Amino acid sequence: MTDDVNVSGSLRNRLALILTGGAAVLAAILFVVVRALATQVAQQGQDNILNASMSSILDTAIIRDGRVTLDFPYSSLSMLGTAADDRVFYAIYENGTLLSGYDKLQTPDTASPDQNQFTNAVFNGDPIRVATGARVLIGSDGPRTVSVSIAQTQDALSDSLSVISRNVALIGLGFFVLSSVLALWAASVTSGQLHRLTRSVTRRGPQDLSPVTKPVPSEMGPLVGSLNTFMSRLDHTLTQSEDFIAEAAHRIRTPLATVRSHAEATLQRVEHADNRAALQSMVRAIDESSRAAGQLLDHAMVTFRAENLETEDVNLVELLRELVQRMTPVADMKDITLTLKSEGPAILSGDAILLQNALRNLIDNALKYAPAETAVVIDVSTTPTVNISVLDGGPGFAPDEIATLSGRFVRGKDTGNKVGSGLGLTIAKEVTTAHGGTMSLHNRPEGGACVTLHF
Amino acid sequence: MKYLLVEDNMDLANAISARIRLDGHIVDHAAKIADATAFASTGEYDLILLDIMLPDGDGRSFLKQHRAAQNDTPIIVLTARSQVSDRISMLDLGADDYVTKPFDHSELQARCRAVLRRKSGSAQSVLTVGDVEFDTLAGHLSVKGKNINLRNRELRLLELLITSKGQVFSKQKLVDRLFSYDDDVSENAIEVYIGRLRKHLEGSRVQIKTLRGIGYRLDDDG
Repeated sequence: MTDDVNVSGSLRNRLALILTGGAAVLAAILFVVVRALATQVAQQGQDNILNASMSSILDTAIIRDGRVTLDFPYSSLSMLGTAADDRVFYAIYENGTLLSGYDKLQTPDTASPDQNQFTNAVFNGDPIRVATGARVLIGSDGPRTVSVSIAQTQDALSDSLSVISRNVALIGLGFFVLSSVLALWAASVTSGQLHRLTRSVTRRGPQDLSPVTKPVPSEMGPLVGSLNTFMSRLDHTLTQSEDFIAEAAHRIRTPLATVRSHAEATLQRVEHADNRAALQSMVRAIDESSRAAGQLLDHAMVTFRAENLETEDVNLVELLRELVQRMTPVADMKDITLTLKSEGPAILSGDAILLQNALRNLIDNALKYAPAETAVVIDVSTTPTVNISVLDGGPGFAPDEIATLSGRFVRGKDTGNKVGSGLGLTIAKEVTTAHGGTMSLHNRPEGGACVTLHF
Repeated sequence: MKYLLVEDNMDLANAISARIRLDGHIVDHAAKIADATAFASTGEYDLILLDIMLPDGDGRSFLKQHRAAQNDTPIIVLTARSQVSDRISMLDLGADDYVTKPFDHSELQARCRAVLRRKSGSAQSVLTVGDVEFDTLAGHLSVKGKNINLRNRELRLLELLITSKGQVFSKQKLVDRLFSYDDDVSENAIEVYIGRLRKHLEGSRVQIKTLRGIGYRLDDDG
């Protein structure tokens, strides 16, 4: 059924893709933000220690004997000790002239007494963090600006940052996986609603055009509304054409019945052989045309129903019993005994109307071609599979025609003046094929025809 | 037998009625559902022949009404449709059988006979001629205490001869009256059936006489 549908992508996949894509972006943003925050906090920690160290050194600056001296305690550098054995550098300037420390330690020129400064720099190829502070000492010869820079490599910081990064990455990944699972679940729940609707529409038989009444989510409301409108239009059209066919059949068959009845009645009164022959061919022509019209309609119906096979469990024995009862009056007219032989119920999954039509055609044929006062037997066997044989005591099939008789409009050569359309066996064969079975024709060794349906 | 024919086409109704009367039955005709309901409510019919498409409604509604009113007069539907699904729904609604227009009169008669046999037993169907009792529905012939079951063709032939006692039938006429055009019954076959009936009637006062070159006649030589 989906063969002729123009499918473009899947709603479920699209929804899942959008949701997991969104989750991925969110996870990435989470990672970047948390990592930036962690970096900032870690940097703040290092800065605080550098600041404390730098301040404790700067605090010891005094002017003694006209010279600036600093006597900084051991603790001011030891407080900078880290697990990663970061190296610490310092530089002390007086009015821009190096008093002590590493000359190459790049320090900001703008060290002001008001504001401690923190900068990143590179020393001997290693990234370092530099804290710089300044103090103005008032000496006898005027103010002197003493500035102190304390620098530290960032090994411990980058170690802890990489640990944090790893953890944040793991959290982000977890978030992504969890969101993806939720996204897939949401997508399949959403498309599940569609599947349910599809199933409930697909499960219907070809005749069921009633509106969908199952509750659906509001987003699917318009679709189901359109579907219901469409089906009611289709139902209306079908009903109209059925009514039309019924009306047409009535208009054609009623006058035919009138002509036939009059011809029959007239035949009772007419003696002259020519007139009798004319009336008889009239009756025959009416029978031929009504038979052909009926069989053509039946054949069209069989083709339609076979294409949209609606299956239920059919008890073929029960169905045949009704058919036998229905056809016994016709058999009685020729004193043919019509018997059904079966060993018990024969259940077949199929369309009862089609199966009935096929079997009726076979029994019709048998009654038509069997001579008076013979027997027609319908034999049902169920082991191993369902087989139905219709056996008669008629002339049988011409051997060279067996292969072709089930073709459309094909009739045997020796049918005499029996009325027929050449569609009976065609219908039986098509119905059997639609139910996955085969039909075989053969002649019985003791005489008579046998048609078997193997399911 | 008394038939009620419900058919709106006057031509067809006349033709069917004429044919039924020819078999010695009584027919009333209704052209509308309203008339049919009024006729049927008297309950004096043995069988109703019902067309489906009628000017004042669907024959199926008549069927439903009829069955709802517990009226058990058998109904045979005359339908113009040959779709199986349609037939099934009519049987479901309580029709006893159906024939598709245009129909063979002998098939209609055969169906009527089968329905009547199924429904009403044989209360009104016993004909008595001389020392012969004949149940036309069941096909039982009783000759001087001897019970014989007749085959269908023998039964129909005897019924025709008994109901038109004293009337002469040519072989051709008998073929016309008793057999379907599809049956290829030769006039020789009539001789076979007449021969069998004579054998069944042996020892009775009722005789089938041959009028050479003219036909057969059933006489009661009592």
